[in-house]
Amino acid sequence: MLRYIVQRLLEGLFVLWLVSLISYLLLGLMPGDPVDLMISSDPDLTTEDAERLRAAYGLDQPLIDRYFGWLGQALQGDFGYSRHFAQPAVAVLGDAVWVTLAIAVPSLILALALAVPLGLWAAERPGRWLDQTINLSALISLSLPTFWLAIMLIYLFAVLLRWLPAGGMGEGFGGRLEHLILPVGVLTLSVAGVFLRFMRAAATETIGQDYVRTARAKGADRVTIMARHVLPNAALPLITLTGLQLGALFSGALIVEILFRQLGMGRVLYDAVLGNDYNLALVGLMLTTAATLLGNLLADLCHAWLDPRVTLR
Amino acid sequence: MRISFLLAAQATFRLVRLLPGLLCLALLAQPAQADRERLTIGVGQYSASLNPLLEASVAQSYILGMTARQLTNYDADWNLVCMLCERLPTFENGLAKRQTLSDGSEGVAVTYELKRDLMWDDGTPLTARDVKLAWEIGQDRRVGAIVGESYRRILEVTIEDPHTVTFLIDHVPFNYNASGIRPMPDHLEGEIYREDPAAYATRTLFDAAPATPGLAYGPYRIIRAQAGSEILLGRNPHWQGKEPAFDEVRVITVTNTAALEANLLSGAIDMISGEFGIQVPQAIAFERRHGEDYQVLYRPSLAYEHIDLNLDRPFLGDVRVRRALLHAIDRQAIVDRLFNDRQPVALSNVSPLSPNATDDLPRYDYDPETAKALLEEAGWTASGNGRQNADGERLVLTLGTTAGDRTRELVQQVLQSQWRAVGVEVRIQNAPARVFFGQQVRERRYGDMALFAWFAAPGSVPRTTLRSSEIPSEANGWAGQNYTGYANPEMDWLIDAWEVALDPEERKVIAGDLQRLYMTDLPVLPLYWRSTAFVLPLWLTNVKPTGNLSPTTAWIEDWEVTD
Repeated sequence: MLRYIVQRLLEGLFVLWLVSLISYLLLGLMPGDPVDLMISSDPDLTTEDAERLRAAYGLDQPLIDRYFGWLGQALQGDFGYSRHFAQPAVAVLGDAVWVTLAIAVPSLILALALAVPLGLWAAERPGRWLDQTINLSALISLSLPTFWLAIMLIYLFAVLLRWLPAGGMGEGFGGRLEHLILPVGVLTLSVAGVFLRFMRAAATETIGQDYVRTARAKGADRVTIMARHVLPNAALPLITLTGLQLGALFSGALIVEILFRQLGMGRVLYDAVLGNDYNLALVGLMLTTAATLLGNLLADLCHAWLDPRVTLR
Repeated sequence: MRISFLLAAQATFRLVRLLPGLLCLALLAQPAQADRERLTIGVGQYSASLNPLLEASVAQSYILGMTARQLTNYDADWNLVCMLCERLPTFENGLAKRQTLSDGSEGVAVTYELKRDLMWDDGTPLTARDVKLAWEIGQDRRVGAIVGESYRRILEVTIEDPHTVTFLIDHVPFNYNASGIRPMPDHLEGEIYREDPAAYATRTLFDAAPATPGLAYGPYRIIRAQAGSEILLGRNPHWQGKEPAFDEVRVITVTNTAALEANLLSGAIDMISGEFGIQVPQAIAFERRHGEDYQVLYRPSLAYEHIDLNLDRPFLGDVRVRRALLHAIDRQAIVDRLFNDRQPVALSNVSPLSPNATDDLPRYDYDPETAKALLEEAGWTASGNGRQNADGERLVLTLGTTAGDRTRELVQQVLQSQWRAVGVEVRIQNAPARVFFGQQVRERRYGDMALFAWFAAPGSVPRTTLRSSEIPSEANGWAGQNYTGYANPEMDWLIDAWEVALDPEERKVIAGDLQRLYMTDLPVLPLYWRSTAFVLPLWLTNVKPTGNLSPTTAWIEDWEVTD
């Protein structure tokens, strides 16, 4: 197991390096570097001025040389300065990661807490009104655009009922918690539908298996059958999905972050890419990749732990 | 199965039917409004830097309007007024004097007498030394300040006494006494700059620690700045001017219009700034729904929405085609239907509110028949649904703008359909702002037509956009903003003459000639003048939208709270 984890982490490092290289080259090829912006706003800048500024910013070097220069500094812990936030890129992302985690982790947990029991419940009573209702809810959750759902919930809870704030980060623990309810709620609802459909489908198939029928024939009670036989097997596809979702949520639920004024990874990355903030965009993309890789690794480990047929090599 | 589905659906519908009742109850139970000691303003952008030398954005000037004002500003009547000086320097009052420069050319020495009661918010007096530091940093090429060009036109800054400073300007422009300089605190920023000018941009306290006492001299100071999200301002204890009405002002960034509106309705923000909050179409829709609960103020601005025509493209080199394109657009209908007539049609490149505006211009009223005739005359004959020339080439043009700008995309669609009616096929080619402005427009690679806006100060001369020396090219490092490639010696002469005409009447005559030439040659298709839209609470009065680049916050101490 340890060997497997080390191997996967080494593979992850290679992928991270590859992502950094590709991202750097792609960002470098995009039009509008900082000096371009200065030239367009200062028509009296001469060609010599532009060349001097390019040299000062290191933009006069070939892209690949600039990349290796950046890599050398990054390996020493210097990931550069964010032009947009006027702070070191790592400091900006450090704050953004916590904001994103504060939204993503509770959303993921709540979505699972909703999807697993409801999925099992629906699978146990296929075709009955409860199953239909749960299915319909999952379908609605899947079909509603996050943007629309967020706006509707803001209007309902912040504008009409005035129970919750419309957005922002809040002050103090209580304030922060209050400001997290709506974004977490929106994200939970938008993710829960997918989980629910997967859980129900997997549980329905598992319930039809011989070992479940055997357990039932042996007189095992309903809870034992669901908890010991159905759930561990039906949860396998959900674990893979959760691993993938972790990475996706980490890269930021951009729409949720914009609408609820949360300065998380999604918004920071979006602003960085649009605002020519190379350093910030690059480190952000690498962090997102790392989160996706980690999510997948965790999913594989859980998979192996739950399914004895799976061996990790 | 079907019955159970119906039961579930029925239950859902029952719940939905109950919702309006629940919502009404909730509405009745709304808490009473507003802490009037704190004003919360919603804005659509966040400034990357709070250092006035390193960025020049509307978002930044909105904040600095409360903390660090310019020497002079254009007020709501577009008059130049002193913000930090006792009186405007003029030739008449002797504070401006012509001076022969070392190369024999003529410059002007402009003396500003600083107000005696100006103080930094840490209690340090604001002096001429702080003004000089701003100039020193701004013109220093090692810093790479965004304001470099305008600061470099000042050849020398002389401190006459702690409250008097003289600028020697390298020519005599008509607006010689307008100065956008904001003093920099020598006791805080001076050492940082002098230690390592090249590193100044990354070390300035304005960004590294914006809440440091001593960076503000306006009625407010920054108490907390959360980059990308919000800025909290509190009273400057050393402000000697009129006391503003609010103890605190919170400026929060909500980049999505719908969320901005929801924040306003929920009471999370008190007002939406007009400078960079919502656009006129959204404000009109908001006013229809909530006009009784809020004041919505519209003010025509100096943002000139237009279409730059790439004159190097084969079809657009012919002025008859350009005129036909303008005749084919019903600009009045566009402003009537899309903007409720809140944004005036642009008849030239000079705002109708400017003293330099003239009515004596070639007019291009909506006239599809004239447009068709002009196209025929230019050799574009009708063929099927479109037009083609003698070589069999079809008249197909591209039109680009900033992708995601809903208003512009809407206008684009209307234009496309109106041009189709006269046989001109237009293909829309939009790109994200970064690509559109960063490459396509800047390097004149936008195809045939580019739809965007210019912003300018009142009375400013269109040197960078119309003078032939300002055409960006690879040879000049893509410097300049004459993106159409328009070159006319007469226009160059008029621009140069306008710039140095000190007599307002003479200036008006020159500006009139320039506008006539502009509308005759038509290197650009004028569309409309954008308005700014402010959404304010009913209890807030005396907010005066300027319509120019000066933010309303530069006069925040005049804002009043009424019952």
